[in-house]
Formats: sequence, C-alpha cells, structure tokens
Amino acid sequence: MIMKWLHKFSSPPYFYALSGKLIKWLSVLLVAFLAAGLYGGLVLAPADYQQGDSFRIIYVHVPAAWMSLFIYMVMAVSGTIALVWRIKLAEIVSVCSPPIGAGFTFLALVTGSIWGKPMWGTWWVWDARLTSELILLFLYLGLIGLYTAIEDKRTASRSVAILALVGVVNIPIIHYSVEWWNTLHQGPTVTKFDKPSIHIDMLIPLLNMAIAFKLYFAIALLMRSRNELLQREQNGRWVEEVLEGK
Amino acid sequence: MINLKPHRKNRLMLIFAMILGVSVAAWFGLKAFNENLMFFFSPSDVVEGKAPQDHLFRLGGMVVKGSVERPGDGMTVYFVLTDMAKEVKVKYTGILPDLFREGQGIVANGKLEQADLFVAQEVLAKHDENYMPPEVAGSLKTAELKGAKQ
Repeated sequence: MIMKWLHKFSSPPYFYALSGKLIKWLSVLLVAFLAAGLYGGLVLAPADYQQGDSFRIIYVHVPAAWMSLFIYMVMAVSGTIALVWRIKLAEIVSVCSPPIGAGFTFLALVTGSIWGKPMWGTWWVWDARLTSELILLFLYLGLIGLYTAIEDKRTASRSVAILALVGVVNIPIIHYSVEWWNTLHQGPTVTKFDKPSIHIDMLIPLLNMAIAFKLYFAIALLMRSRNELLQREQNGRWVEEVLEGK
Repeated sequence: MINLKPHRKNRLMLIFAMILGVSVAAWFGLKAFNENLMFFFSPSDVVEGKAPQDHLFRLGGMVVKGSVERPGDGMTVYFVLTDMAKEVKVKYTGILPDLFREGQGIVANGKLEQADLFVAQEVLAKHDENYMPPEVAGSLKTAELKGAKQ
C-alpha cells in the first residue's frame, strides 16, 4: 500500500502536479510560522539574564544551524535511495538540496560570528564546533561543484550521492563536537535528552522559527526539483502537456 | 521488511560498508589529533604540568568569585581560574569582553610566566547553554541563597 503510493508519487507527472499544489499551502504555513516566530522572538520573549537583547540572534542562528544538518541528512537519505533503487525523483531531491543547505550553513556561520564578537570577544576561533561547521559548508560547495562539473546528469547525481555519503561522517562530529572536546562554543540547549535549558517563553518562538525554516526548505526544494525535473524530461510528452497548459 | 532484489541489496551493503569505513578512518584521525582538537587546557592540566611550558596555549575555566583584582592603572587585571579541582592565577592587560564577570566561564590565550602565573594576551568569554529572563535568574539565586542559609 505504502510502496504503491510511493511509486505513484515518484512518477514525474504526478509529482509535478501535486507539488504545485503543495507549494501554495506550504507558503501560507510558512508566512504564519515565520510571523509567529519573529514576533514571539523579537517582541514577546523576555531579554536574557546575561546577554540581554543580544541573545535574540538565536532565533536565526540556531534554526539555521539545525537546518544545515537536517538538509544534509535529507540529501544523504535520498542519495542512498537514488543509488540503490535508481529512482529519478530521489536523485533530483539529493542534487537540489546542496545549494539550500549551503545557504543555511553560511547563515549559521555568519550569525554565529556576529553573535560571537560581542559575547565571546572574537569573530572566529578554530574550535571543534566552528571548524566542523565550516567543513560542512565546504562539503556543500564541493557537492554543487561536482554536480555542475559532470555533463551527464545521471552520472553526476550518482557521484554527488556518493560524495554526500562520504561526508555524512561529519554530521555526528558537528553535533557532538561540543561534548567530545573543549570548545568555546557552549553545549546543546535544546537537542539533548534532558529538559531544554532555555525558558519556555524563549523556547516557543525558537521552535516556531525552526518549523518556519523547515517549511522554507520544503518550498525551495520542491521549486528546485520541479525545475530540474522539467529540464531532465524536456523531451517527455507530459512536459509538453504541462507547458501547453493542458 | 521489504524484499530487496539481490543487486539492490549489494548496492545497499556497499553503501553501508563505505560509511562504516569512512567512520572508522575519521575515528582514527580524530583520535590521533585529539590533543590539537582540544580548544583549551584546564587549570588541572597546568598544575599537573600537562600544559606547554614555553609557548602560547589557551587556558579555560571559571573565574573564582571574589578573586578579581585591579591594582594600579585599572587596565591590568588579576583573577583566578578554576575547574573546581585546581586553580591558576591569571594576569591580563586590556579590554575584557562584556560577559566577563566573577563566576563566568572564560578562555584566556597566553603563556605561563612562572609556574603559577599565567599571563594572558587575549581573554574570551564562554557563555553557557542556559537562557532565561532576569526575573527567573534572580529567583533562582534567592532560592539558592535560602537553601544555603538553612
């Protein structure tokens, strides 16, 4: 039953039609969560006892950093599916993710740097957390470069999937870097088994922002995938039908 | 479990083998460079002589309450860092980050001048993972004080 549905979903014309509708609904949700998150984070949430209002950059920095890891996992999983089952749509998802992931990683690094200057007293240090996150950015850039360097799209997708799977080892390193080594970056606040060490009034806008960022990723991924699909299937009959507006 | 066709099973196994191989390689690599990946040494490392004697290194710890002194012109600060086991005295001349205060975790970059005096060239504040409004922090403190009195 599930397999049957998956099979149907992964057929290009069906995916194209469904994703077009999905994007509209997801965009409405994105606006709602983003508004709630930003208003909650910048206006409603109380100032921090130590960092005052400066801590509010957390509402961009932390969701962006989570996304940088989350997108990598999406890419690795779809890459595995693409390598094993040779499903076209999985290939497309895994090659459309790196540019979005690189964007979020860059955002996490930049906001972290801006946060670090007033609080730590430095823009950048080579501690394990910051360095491994920088390596993640280079991995994303490498994947983008690899994909554009190979002419045949299907060979390129497979190479991207293999390189993405090699780099997957970096993901637990980033997450646990603050626990395995002494770092300037502090330990996890929310993503741990204990109760989150952030006040509930500050946590709710943070989770809203995290959902908003995930929705943004879903929308951007669907848009990119639709584009890529049309390009790859440009000689297919269904593409002709779509373009003629039937 | 979904039945896999043999050639797909092989590919899946290959992928797992590759991830496993890369993980083992990364583990060995990180293990070998463990020392370099430590961002700072603790006061215990310094007292036990594990920290470098003749070149720059970073020292991390908590500023001991009541240990901050500003003799002379006010630009030079002396304070004691602790990791709750051992203590090291630090001297620093310059501007301290906003978050520097007693009881705060900090990382200082510098050199051991004598066996028990660390001269810092740079002081970075390390903030913790707790975020709360000032009222909550205040009531936590009073609760702590009450607890200490009883």
